[in-house]
Amino acid sequence: MTSDLLSFAYLAPAYPELLLAVGAIVLLLGGVFFSENRSTGISVLSILLIIAVIGVSIWQPAEGVLFNGGFIVDGFARYMKFLVLGGSAFALILSTSTAKAFGLDKFEYSILVLLATLGMMVMVSANDLMTLYVGLELQSLALYVVAAIRRDDPKATEAGLKYFVLGALSSGLLLYGASLIYGFTGLTQLDQIVGAIAGSQRSIGLIFGMVFLLAGVAFKISAVPFHMWTPDVYEGAPTPVTAFFASAPKVAAMALIIRIVTVPFGPVTDDWQQVVVFLSIASMVLASFAAIGQNNIKRLLAYSSIGHVGFALVGLSAGTAVGVEGVAVYMAIYVGMTVAMFAALLSLRTENGFVETIPQLAGLAQKRPFVAAIIAIVMFSFIGLPPLAGFFAKWQVFLAAIDAQLFALAIIGMLASAVSAFYYLRIVKVMYFDEPQSEFAAAPAELTAVMAVTGFLIVTYFVTVGSPLYNAAHAAAGSLF
Amino acid sequence: MLEAAGIGIGHYLTVGAILFTLGVFGIFINLKNIIVILMSIELILLAVNLNFVAFSAQLGDLAGQVFALLILTVAAAEAAIGLAILVIFYRNRGTIAVEDVNSLKG
Repeated sequence: MTSDLLSFAYLAPAYPELLLAVGAIVLLLGGVFFSENRSTGISVLSILLIIAVIGVSIWQPAEGVLFNGGFIVDGFARYMKFLVLGGSAFALILSTSTAKAFGLDKFEYSILVLLATLGMMVMVSANDLMTLYVGLELQSLALYVVAAIRRDDPKATEAGLKYFVLGALSSGLLLYGASLIYGFTGLTQLDQIVGAIAGSQRSIGLIFGMVFLLAGVAFKISAVPFHMWTPDVYEGAPTPVTAFFASAPKVAAMALIIRIVTVPFGPVTDDWQQVVVFLSIASMVLASFAAIGQNNIKRLLAYSSIGHVGFALVGLSAGTAVGVEGVAVYMAIYVGMTVAMFAALLSLRTENGFVETIPQLAGLAQKRPFVAAIIAIVMFSFIGLPPLAGFFAKWQVFLAAIDAQLFALAIIGMLASAVSAFYYLRIVKVMYFDEPQSEFAAAPAELTAVMAVTGFLIVTYFVTVGSPLYNAAHAAAGSLF
Repeated sequence: MLEAAGIGIGHYLTVGAILFTLGVFGIFINLKNIIVILMSIELILLAVNLNFVAFSAQLGDLAGQVFALLILTVAAAEAAIGLAILVIFYRNRGTIAVEDVNSLKG
């Protein structure tokens, strides 16, 4: 076998990753050379680098399998990479405009975000248990540090510590699963494992391995019962970091779980379906009830994200191309809604610091009508009211579940969605019907722009991005089946 | 080779499973010290390595040993980051007792 490294042109499918890796290292060197006060410059360059990577993936649409089968670039990987890159770019824009206030004005922050993004891209493209593990760890190790980047803040360091311990445990579970899969098939490459499973009687060891692997990834998407770190980390980490955690890493881990269940374990759908259905129901139900008692907006958004993962898994439970398509659309819309919500949250600053609890939002509609309108739109979209984007996200996954005869799952999902409407509407009520209590400082222009763009897309989803997104998701899901 | 001493793949897997379980319980039942949690994490990763190397020898396939080397490397990086986070936590709170990691809850 000739080496993949003989010619540079052969590496074309990996150009985006190569550019991101080299760019991140160059920016790291730049940050070290040009003393401390360059953090804004480095973050702006990081955003430009991500945009350049997106450009390379658009203009160099090469697909293929590289590095002895360890790295695959197909339609699905490309679709998910756009979401990951978009989520990271928006998170960097949010953090750049508020870096000083949150103590994130260190150049290492943007570099770590870039490295985490690189890890996510490798995860999305992983076609081998080893690539999967290395990508996952590159992402996780960078995220542990990002969570604790405010090293003088007790809450942030505690969040980092909790994230680290549970993240390391999840890597351990995932690896134990990987070792069993390797032992019972003799293979580590995902698209070869499928042959070993299809050809023989499925062994109990293999099923054990699959369950451990799924449990490890379920930690990363924070599906119940592996969600306990999420509210603490979301609350403790600085808000721009939370915005990043809630967007790109979720997409990457979701892409990973989709690839794991559809590629190597495609022939044993019945076995993984039970696990995914359980994760889905538990996430939807627990999230809708646990969020009711929350007063802290970031904790509430953590439970809300757990719930959204549950809804996305409804689509995956179907185990069909339509279901995966639904999850792909869901994740895109979820990232858009999350970015809009955090942009709104970051633009609300009172004399006592940034808004953190729901009562602080009282009377927002009178003081800052635009931000209040954006939050209200996002809340209605989270609930899933037509014609907002959130409705179409849920519509797709529930349709896939009903197609696959999973009626109970679809009904529980709809009930959970109705319960969750309670806490989303409470925020709207506080903003529009309570008396104002505090004054808010003016928001940076970037945040207003982000809110305007995402808010516009959420409202006009059906007539603007709806059908191109659907077509892209359709092509992405088609490349897996 | 393995069979010669009467020790088969099953024995290795059993030891691996015991170490793994000890590690997981070390994280959840541990009530004292965060350092013990870091040790438990290492124990889990070593159990996995033992599995990989035993399977690799059993199957006569090198991929498992390559995987084990990767895990060793990443585990070193992970331990470094874990200890770094623990040090800043100690600076802020003056304690590394598990029961004091409690300022975030709801």
